[in-house]
Amino acid sequence: MFPSRAGPAARAPSRPLAAGLLALLSTAGAWGADDGRGGALYAECKRCHQAGRGAEHRIGPHLNDVFGRRAASLEGFPYSPAMKAAGAGGLTWTEATLDAFLADPHAFVPGSRMSYAGLANREERGELLAWLRGFSGAGSDLPPAEPTITPEEYGLDPQLLTISGDPEYGAYLAGECTTCHRYDGSDRGIPSITGWPLEDFVIALQAYKRAKRTHPVMQLVAGRLSDEEIAALAVHFRNLADEP
Amino acid sequence: MNQSNGTGGLSRRHFLATAAATSAALTAPAVLGQARPRVVVVGGGAGGATAARYIARDSKGAVDVTLVEPTRTYYSCFFSNLYIGGFRDFASIGHTYGALAAGHGINVVHDWAVSVDRDARSVGLAGGGSLAYDRLVLAPGIDFRPGSVPGWDLSQQNRMPHAYKAGSQTQLLRAQIEAMPQGGVYCMVAPPNPFRCPPGPYERISMVAHVLKQSNPSAKILIVDPKEKFSKQGLFEDGWQRHYAGMVERVGPDFGGDKVEVRPEAMEVVIDGEATKVDVCNVIPAQQAGRIAALAGITNEAGWAPVVAHTMQSREDENIHVLGDASQQGDMPKSGFSANSQAKVCAMAVRGALTDSSVFPARFSNTCWSLIGTDDGVKVGASYQATDEKIAKTDGFISEVGESAELRKATYEESLDWYAAISGDIFG
Ligand SMILES: Cc1cc2nc3c(=O)[nH]c(=O)nc-3n(C[C@H](O)[C@H](O)[C@H](O)COP(=O)(O)OP(=O)(O)OC[C@H]3O[C@@H](n4cnc5c(N)ncnc54)[C@H](O)[C@@H]3O)c2cc1C
Ligand code: HEC
Ligand code: HEC
Repeated sequence: MFPSRAGPAARAPSRPLAAGLLALLSTAGAWGADDGRGGALYAECKRCHQAGRGAEHRIGPHLNDVFGRRAASLEGFPYSPAMKAAGAGGLTWTEATLDAFLADPHAFVPGSRMSYAGLANREERGELLAWLRGFSGAGSDLPPAEPTITPEEYGLDPQLLTISGDPEYGAYLAGECTTCHRYDGSDRGIPSITGWPLEDFVIALQAYKRAKRTHPVMQLVAGRLSDEEIAALAVHFRNLADEP
Repeated sequence: MNQSNGTGGLSRRHFLATAAATSAALTAPAVLGQARPRVVVVGGGAGGATAARYIARDSKGAVDVTLVEPTRTYYSCFFSNLYIGGFRDFASIGHTYGALAAGHGINVVHDWAVSVDRDARSVGLAGGGSLAYDRLVLAPGIDFRPGSVPGWDLSQQNRMPHAYKAGSQTQLLRAQIEAMPQGGVYCMVAPPNPFRCPPGPYERISMVAHVLKQSNPSAKILIVDPKEKFSKQGLFEDGWQRHYAGMVERVGPDFGGDKVEVRPEAMEVVIDGEATKVDVCNVIPAQQAGRIAALAGITNEAGWAPVVAHTMQSREDENIHVLGDASQQGDMPKSGFSANSQAKVCAMAVRGALTDSSVFPARFSNTCWSLIGTDDGVKVGASYQATDEKIAKTDGFISEVGESAELRKATYEESLDWYAAISGDIFG
């Protein structure tokens, strides 16, 4: 099974990685200077970020050449106002700032949309950063970027991704979601769903709808949404990132 | 429910034609020519503030929205039990109206609505003056039914607090619990159905037990309950057994829980003729719609305001919408989540009637979390659709007895995020 969102169990630093999750570490897993643990830890970032040749922005911005980069400085990614303010205030990603950010993203950048609880273990953070550094300054040596998510992982018909959504209808339907989902990302129970790529959003909701991803609330919510309604919501929440 | 048709099939006309009970919205064009249609919302709680915010925000100034609410700080009943249990501070459940006024241009009037003239379409205010409306939204929450607990009336609420409207009552109840003598008795007189927040009294019992277990472990908790069964009963009873064994006793109707009287001066509770002395008595009386609904003449014998599910319009007056606890809508529990959900349907219907915005089929949902002990959260939820008769439940779920501690903790943490999210959704 594909890993669901990091639950509290998955947040424990000494968490054993699910076998299925390890299986997902393909080519890139073997690549890099470390002993492979950094790559395994990076698996958790991969459902939102891409790194490698051809990496694109997904739920999070791509992580190529992140070392030395000013926070919130990439074109074309809808950063949160909080992250933009941090960048404008001079935050640059270095070993030290990344370490602090990944230890507790919401303490380091309050109001960030990154829904990640943090990695408490300092050694693990070191290994993760060593792995990540492999994607900085490597130029054309990079392995190809891996997709964050594919419909096949959940046995979904790729046609579902081609349905176009009506943003006005999406805005109305979104009223049901904003009782629980805030604009910013949470490290607690309910993640941010703003500014996602359409595909990732549709796949997540379709997976709940078809019980390929289990969570009682979200299965109930998605269970009664039609494919068109899911598409409409995806467009709405994508657009919302531009006007918080 | 599966709405398989896309928006193509959901034109406003089409939908209105199917919503047979709502002839009202068809009168909309009458007000379209006017300068700016006026909406008055009475009650700035979970339902009213959401409706005001959504109407103002989504009409982008095309509708003039006035919100009438006497208090300057709204203390939410939701999470007030967590304050009693020591899991939240009091300030964290207080909300002000600044963002609604500044961010959305809502005219916030801190006053009581004391009358509704339905023919003139105007609302009278306690401070004098009146407000004219094209549509009126009433979301006044609940009031207590006089005489439902013999011996108790509002003049006794300091000796025997209800703490069922949050604020100073909640603080008073907590102070009384803290001041209980060692080995003393806390008694709750639980309300009959229907009442706001079905799991509320029992979450409160959990929180009171949590506090007493630490500070006063020999204290006893007595629930006098007129109901055979209550919400999430299996989950609560299992939790009380695990966390607070031997502390909680419940007297149901079989043993006189429905024949209770109180003597506030003597601090006595009389159950089926037999008097018991208690140290704290939390009386939660039977309930009805907030008084302004009755003054508007739109309530039924039971004291609630029947509404049309598709639009939340009063069945008595198509220019009035009723939201939240005050409404009699069908299957939804009276909760903050429900009120917020109903408000969005109402806001869409009001905008559709007063401007030319699209109207989509009504849909509702609710989830209620309850905290039983530290990191031990449970939830119940359902989705609903509008039928001509009522808001009808379509599907639902509930936590189970025997779930892992991890899952219970995750459920509790979800509720923290929910509280933050719904607060923002209501108050901006
Ligand atoms: C202990 C407890 C725990 C609860 N826990 C939860 C929970 O976990 N989750 C949940 O979803 N719900 C919970 N609830 C239920 C929730 O609080 C109510 O269902 C919700 O507040 C109803 O919203 P409303 O808008 O109908 O009324 P309210 O939120 O009560 O708002 C009504 C407002 O109207 C104002 N008003 C009344 N009369 C007038 C008038 N004449 N003129 C002007 N203003 C007026 C009042 O001042 C008040 O601010 C709980 C309730 C209690 C008591
Ligand atoms: C649930 C999705 C998600 C996960 C999981 C996640 N991120 Fe992010 N990340 C985001 C989002 C969204 C942003 C943009 C945040 C903002 O704008 O506030 C972001 C921002 C970042 C940034 C700042 C980038 C910039 O351009 O300024 C870094 C660095 C980062 N993430 C690293 C990581 C690492 C390393 C992991 C794994 C440990 C990870 N993220 C896990 C979603 C995620
Ligand atoms: C009652 C609260 C609640 C409501 C209402 C709700 N959600 Fe969720 N949502 C959650 C929770 C809790 C999760 C995390 C579930 C999990 O762990 O799998 C979640 C997860 C998600 C995810 C996956 C996030 C991720 O990081 O993978 C998406 C997408 C999503 N919700 C979309 C929606 C949409 C769209 C709506 C409205 C139609 C909605 N939700 C309504 C509580 C809610």
